Formats: sequence, C-alpha cells, structure tokens
Amino acid sequence: MFLDLFYGLREEGVPVGIQEWLTFLEALDRGLHGSSLLGFYQLGRACLIKSETYFDAYDRVFARVFRGVEGAYGEEVVDKVLEWLRNPKNFPNLTPEQLAALERLSHDELMRRFLETLEKQTERHDGGDKWIGTGGRSPFGHSGQHPTGIRVGGPPRSRSAMKVAEERRFRDYRTDLSLDVRQIRVALRRLRQLTRSGEATELDLDRTVDETCRNAGEIELVFRPPRRNDVRLLLLMDVGGTMDPYFEPVSQLLTALHEERGLRAFEAYYFHNCVYEHVYSRARMYREDAVPTGDLLRRLDRRWKVLIVGDAAMHPAELLEPFGNIDPRRVSATPGIVWLQRIAAHFDRAVWVNPEKPAYWDADTCRIIRKLFPMFYLSVDGLTEAVQALVGARGVSLGQAH
Amino acid sequence: MSQQDGFKKFHGTAGYIASPALVDAVNCAIALERPLLLKGEPGTGKTVLAKHVAEGLGLKMLSWHIKSTSKAAEGLYVYDTVQRLNDSRFGTGDVSDIRRYIKLGPLGQAFASPERVVLLIDEIDKADLEFPNDLLRELDEMRFTIVETGEEIVARHRPIVIITSNNEKELPDAFLRRCIFYYIEFPDPALMRRIVAVHHPHLDAKLLDQVLIKFYWLREQRELRKKPSTSELIDWIAALVRAGVSIEKVEQHIPFVGALLKKEHDVDALQRYDAAGGRFPKSWAELGPRYNQ
Repeated sequence: MFLDLFYGLREEGVPVGIQEWLTFLEALDRGLHGSSLLGFYQLGRACLIKSETYFDAYDRVFARVFRGVEGAYGEEVVDKVLEWLRNPKNFPNLTPEQLAALERLSHDELMRRFLETLEKQTERHDGGDKWIGTGGRSPFGHSGQHPTGIRVGGPPRSRSAMKVAEERRFRDYRTDLSLDVRQIRVALRRLRQLTRSGEATELDLDRTVDETCRNAGEIELVFRPPRRNDVRLLLLMDVGGTMDPYFEPVSQLLTALHEERGLRAFEAYYFHNCVYEHVYSRARMYREDAVPTGDLLRRLDRRWKVLIVGDAAMHPAELLEPFGNIDPRRVSATPGIVWLQRIAAHFDRAVWVNPEKPAYWDADTCRIIRKLFPMFYLSVDGLTEAVQALVGARGVSLGQAH
Repeated sequence: MSQQDGFKKFHGTAGYIASPALVDAVNCAIALERPLLLKGEPGTGKTVLAKHVAEGLGLKMLSWHIKSTSKAAEGLYVYDTVQRLNDSRFGTGDVSDIRRYIKLGPLGQAFASPERVVLLIDEIDKADLEFPNDLLRELDEMRFTIVETGEEIVARHRPIVIITSNNEKELPDAFLRRCIFYYIEFPDPALMRRIVAVHHPHLDAKLLDQVLIKFYWLREQRELRKKPSTSELIDWIAALVRAGVSIEKVEQHIPFVGALLKKEHDVDALQRYDAAGGRFPKSWAELGPRYNQ
C-alpha cells in the first residue's frame, strides 16, 4: 500500500526517486508527521514533491492510495497503518478482527464511508468539495472560457488529509494543461547557447596576471567579451481561420517571446495556413507587410532556430498543389510543401508547435508536416521539449514528443 | 525514533503568521538537515520566513541575495587577485599572506561560524541555470577547500539553509532531490486582512471589505497577464486613503487601477470591460462560495 504511493507518483510522471523516498522514510522514522494523516500527507508532499506543478498529481495519487484509511477506522488505526508503513513487518499488530474488517470492505464501501465522514466534517464550511462553476462570470467577454471551476476551500485547520488531497487545489498549477506567460517564459529560458562574442568588457584575470608578470609587475589589464546567449530565433506564425480559437495561448507565447531579452536576435513573421512565396511582418498581412520568403532564407543563415506555430490543418491542396494558396489575391506557383521543405533543409534546427491537442494531429496535412518538422503541443511541457529540440544535444528524441 | 526530540523546533514567532504545514516543513528540514526550498507568488513572505526562523530559534542569520551574475563560488569565498596585484605593484600591503585577500562569502561564513546559523539563499532562480548544481557538493558535505591556501573549511554546525525561488527558472533535478520543498500559497482573505492591518491599522472595515473583494475578483480573472500581489494591494490602499476615495466609489468601480495592474494589456482589458457596462462585484457572495465568509 505504501509503495503504491511511490509507484503511483512515478506512473503519474512525477520525478520522484529513491533519494526522496529515503528522505521521506527517514522523516517518518523521526516521527515528523506527528501521527496524523494530515501530517503524513504534508510530510510526504514536502519530501517527495519538488514543484507545485506536481501537487495535483500528488493529491490524486494520495487520494487513490489512502482512500478509506481515514474515517473508516479513526485515528488509532491510521496510526497502526502508519506504523506498518514505516516498518512492514509490524503489520500483524492489527488485530485479526481489524484485519478481516479491512479485507471485507469493498472499495465502494470505503468510498461511501469516507464521504459520509467527510460530509459530517464539512457541514460547517458549506458544501465541502462540491464543484462550483465560474464560467460566464468572466469579465472580459470570454464567458465560458474559465476553467471548469474552483473547489470550495475551507479554513486551513481541522481539515483531514483526504479532504485536502481530494480538493485538488493545485489543479491550475499542472504544466501539461495550462499556460500562462510566466510559465512560457520559464520554458523559453532554456533557449540559449552561450558563447563569447562582442565587446570585451569582462576582466580576464588569468591573462591579466600573466601579462602583468611579463610586464615586470606593471599592471596590465586584459579584457574579454562576456559570455552571452547566441541563439537567433525566427518565429513563423499561422494566423486567422482555424487558428482563431487559439488566440489566447498563441498571444501569450508571443508576449513571452517579445519579453525574452536573452535572445541574440529575434524575428517574427506571419502566414496563413501555409508558408508560400511571402510571409508577413504583421498579423494583418497587408500587401505592404509582405516579405519574400526567399529573402529570409538568404538573409538568415542556418544557425537561426526556427519555431513555427500553427495547427497544420488545411485542405491538402493548399499544401501540396501549385496555386494552392487559399487567398485568391496571392498567386503562388510553388506548392506550400516545397517552401516548408526549403525551410526544413535550410536551417539546422526547426520545430513546429501546434496549439491543437495531439489527439487531432492525424489530419493528412498534419501528418505530412510532421515528417518535415518535429511537432510539439503548445503547453509548458511541449514547449520545453521544443526548446530542447532547438538547442539541446543532437538526437534527443526529436520528433517523438507525442 | 531515538532522535525524535533531538533538534530544536521552530514554532513560529509573534511577527510572522505561519501555517501549521509550513512550520512542519521547517522542522522537517531542520531535523533532516536538508535545505528548505520555498516557492510561492511574490508577496507571500518567503524571504521574511528565514528571518523569523532565526528569531524563533535565537540564531544569527546570514543572507545571500542572488543576482543574475552571482557565481556559486562567490558564496564560498572570493580571492581578490586584483587587490593583491595592486598591493604588490604599489607595495601597500603584505602580499605574502594570501589569506588577507581571501574573503569568505555568506556560505563560507555560515560554515566557519562557531555557532549554528540560519542561512538564507534568496531568489536562487535569478542566477544562471547551473548555479544550484555548483552548490550541491558544498551543501551535501558542508565543507569546501580554499584552493589558493589549501585550507579546508568544515562546518562545525550544519547551518539551517532556507532557499527561496520565484520560479523564474526551473531548478536542476539533482538539486531538488536534496531539498525539502514547500509552496506558500497566496494568502486567503482572512489572512490578507491581518496582513493589511499591519500596514494600514486604521482602515475603515467597510472600505477594506470592498477593497479586498475587488482585489480577489481581479485575481480570479484568467485573462490578466499579471495578477496583482500583496504589495500592490498595500500600495493601492495607500493611494485610496490619500485621495480620500469614498466607499461608494470603490463599490462601483476600481479607482487607481494603475496601482494594481502593471501591464497595458490588462488595463485595456479592464477598461473594455468597464466600457461594455461590466459589473464589479460588491459582496463576497458574488465571488462565489470559495469566498463565503
């Protein structure tokens, strides 16, 4: 049962290893949980989980593993179980009747009893763990875009561990679901390759000492350029049409990229559905904003990293056939796929980030594009992998993101 | 079990309102002699905790504020070569004694201290990505060698290490494995009242209510790029009080919104909402059951 927690966490993708586990056991050994399940819950979280983004996974696993331990038997048995947890050999300390009772209880029964207890406990602060909806309360006209809702939280004291776990207050911190600008920035921080270039402003101590000695003690200061980020990023972004529903995550990504000061160079261009002869310097895509794609390929060398954002969903003709551009005013004799192939061939590293859920990635055009570019989902985890594919060591699971 | 009470326990202090879970996490870190890693939104009292742990346990505190240019080695010691070079050139000091040019950093001082200290490593995420990894060995073994003199500094008492992070960068896994982790949640309205009371003790209760309703309502809005935090709330209240804004006005609108929202996009969004005749909540009930008081 106890190890279920450990393996349960690992199954949920929480990075918890032997070292954390041993820390936890040591803490239990010293009685730091204060012999209550709530203390046990909190101690486990402090020792095993190292990021609030995994709190939700911890809550889920904890609730699953220890469901029914509490309430059904009272604190005394909880203590016994905990004792057993610390040292499995002591388990027979439970009386045979208790043991039998433990076995008799079905999962549903445990659940029912647990909920009963919970109800009694939570009357005071109204409704306990019922979901409440906030959709439609959103002030900015995005009604219904709120997350499914928030749980009712009670005062911090007098709550049971199971309830804390079941509340899942940390749901919003999961990185595989939600995005905000700050999280995106964290993911983008990895987008860097340090080199020494530019103006010499940093004191090179070794060479200063060396030169000073050569100079018979007359101080000779030697400077060198500081290490800085050498990453140049080209962003190509699909706008309009099928991309409209993703306005929010995409604009957050754009905000984060513009705020990212560390990049050596950054250029952003827009396209609609697929890249053809021209890309556009502004999202409105007027004729005067057009920049020949060929120029980009000439001007930017292969060291530029390319990040393409789009849903890769279009009519196959738009991708594969000459004059496929969906915009009738813009004639393009070269099929879009050729332009994409040129981009993939020209640059060392290029990735495609898709705001659409990976489950919908099996459209024809999407499959073809995935053969050209490794594709990642627009989530914090997906972006981290995309960045890794852009600057990480070669051969790191390219194109196997999902 | 033998060492159950073998360590000094932290119980919180009068000046710091710590939740029981946080106190437990602090004690866990003290007992296991592991660094305590604190995360949480700005304004949740991460940095102050170290001060109060030191106060509560009657220990001295050393702080090491991390900047983007901080190097791990600086925390141990700095060898001032340029000064020594200078002294040798102008004959202004005893150059033969290299120890004169070695200055211990906060971590070095904590190790060398004759008594146990609390060491705060503040905003560790500001530094380079590899920074925490460079400290692993020193934090594990609590010893390091000064290369220039061959002298080894061994901690006589393991300092209580409290590390704060604002989440600007991910921390390396190897580092995380060694820490006890605690995430300080944003204060709920009840706690926020106590915090505000410290800064604005004579605030009208009704006004405070309206102010907090608006504040938590804003924080609930998903579209905001940057949620207002505690310090912004305190500033906002100061602005309202100075300008003598009436309760009725705060009921209807959010005056001086610039004190709360710092991004153009956010201010625009709110103005659009206002112009479209959007309502601002006047009671806790309108914020939903989570805020039922």
